[in-house]
Amino acid sequence: MSEFLTQYAFLIVPIVKIVILVLIVLTVDAYLTWLERKVIAHIQARWGPYRVGPHGLLQPLADGVKFILKEDPLPANVDKATYFIAPFITLMLALTSLAVIPFGPQHFTIFGYETHVGIADVNISLLVLFAITALGVYGVALAGWASNNKYSLLGGLRSSAQMISYELALTLSVVGVLLIACDFSLRSIIDHQENGNLGLLGWNLFGFSKDGIGFTQIIGFFCFFLAAIAETNRIPFDLPEAESELVAGYHTEYASMKFAMFFIAEYTSMITVSCLATILFFGGWLSPFPASWTFTHYLPSLLLIPFGVWLIFDGIRYETIFGRILLPGVGAVLTLLGVALALFPVVNEAIQGPFWFLGKVFAFLFFYIWMRGTLPRFRYDQLMSFGWKLLLPVAIANVVLTSAYILWRMH
Amino acid sequence: MTGPVIIFFVLAALAVLGAVSLILQRHPIHSALSLIVVMVALAGLYLLMGAEFVAAVQIIVYGGAIMVLFVFVIMLLNAGEEERTNFSKLATYAGIPLAVATAGLIAAAIVRSSGGLSTAGPNGALTSTKTLSMLLFLDFVYPFELTSFLILVAILGAIVLAQREN
Repeated sequence: MSEFLTQYAFLIVPIVKIVILVLIVLTVDAYLTWLERKVIAHIQARWGPYRVGPHGLLQPLADGVKFILKEDPLPANVDKATYFIAPFITLMLALTSLAVIPFGPQHFTIFGYETHVGIADVNISLLVLFAITALGVYGVALAGWASNNKYSLLGGLRSSAQMISYELALTLSVVGVLLIACDFSLRSIIDHQENGNLGLLGWNLFGFSKDGIGFTQIIGFFCFFLAAIAETNRIPFDLPEAESELVAGYHTEYASMKFAMFFIAEYTSMITVSCLATILFFGGWLSPFPASWTFTHYLPSLLLIPFGVWLIFDGIRYETIFGRILLPGVGAVLTLLGVALALFPVVNEAIQGPFWFLGKVFAFLFFYIWMRGTLPRFRYDQLMSFGWKLLLPVAIANVVLTSAYILWRMH
Repeated sequence: MTGPVIIFFVLAALAVLGAVSLILQRHPIHSALSLIVVMVALAGLYLLMGAEFVAAVQIIVYGGAIMVLFVFVIMLLNAGEEERTNFSKLATYAGIPLAVATAGLIAAAIVRSSGGLSTAGPNGALTSTKTLSMLLFLDFVYPFELTSFLILVAILGAIVLAQREN
């Protein structure tokens, strides 16, 4: 048995990792919708989902059941093959892009097979991500075209025009980072931002480094994040689905699970973009504190324990009995987890990388939601002129500035 | 048969099928989709030869940018299904023999080459991004820049043509 495992570990380990990651990502997607509804509700002084489960925590589950049970009508005169393929393309590409993201610094060996946190460690991972993003537009464009609906077609058209316009700025905005790191691999881009006691100043966003060849990528980050929001079709760039003008744009004619696939794909690409922004500009799993400040390693416990205790005391006063059991239960688990992290140095050390990585990713996801609750939608011509006349020149200027600075420092 | 050989034949079959489907499909969008399949399959073949950078760029530029533009234009013009016309006489009497002759020539060349099918593996010259950029920007910088100048001229020409109506 163990011989078999050793021989086929190169096949089994990645498959197991893929299954685990997909399950995690789908759960996170589901709870991201909950978070989004909650945060926007609170921005608008409402409660948001509150009825299904304590604090609406079971709402994603109810939504999932609803998606599965809904009727899935086929509109008249659709282009059947394309209509069915489109949501699959969208979801497949969105999930595939997560494969090259490294989630933590650790390497470990299972049955003699050396592996790491994350699925594939390719040396052109950034290019792979861009390649997948480049193909991602087809799902939306084809869905809009195949639906045999004028609104959908407009959504699909807008989507392809928007993608063509913003992909340039997106790709050019990371050239600065590539010039500094001299590598396409996301893992080495993060490693390059590791500058010991410089802490967060060593991140590409600020661009200080030991060897002096670093240049602040604030402009690059600005271009990257704006272009990435446009690529993920989120507010204020959600022109392809603009519900007030196009009903729901490209997915007007989709119902049930097919609609859910578009939805999951959108949230998954939000996660991917947040991961990418974290890796390229915010040092990935690196702590923002200088390496000598080892006491900051207790920060995860310091966050988990008070939150857990608060959840216990707040939960026992909840209206429903189920809530009075569930909330303190979750609180107790979190508190214990925090205590365990503080007591076992090995676990504490292992959790540092993922903690900072996921923390930064969460901050970006929150920012996405925050923007949705704050900003209105661009007008179509504004969107185009913003992409071509502002974002693209600024991204090019960033490339020129960064390369000039690096050339000057090298001589 | 080893893993890479199987993958090669799968990708090659995919590319050929995509190309055949590109010609046989009656709707322009379906033809464009078939072309995307060909592009992605070719990228897979490049990857198999160890040319990662070329593979990624193949998808980004051809599979992404250029084909999105194709699809966009087809959707914008709302092109419908094409009518199938009769083949021209020239195509029947000259095209088919020529196609057969070309296929025969290629097959003969493969059979007569030493050792039959040889494997295409990483050959060092075009595989890594660094060597590739060295070649482009140091050794062949003038041809490379001349090509980009040619493209610039084409872009300017397109703008002039588009502006003429105003």
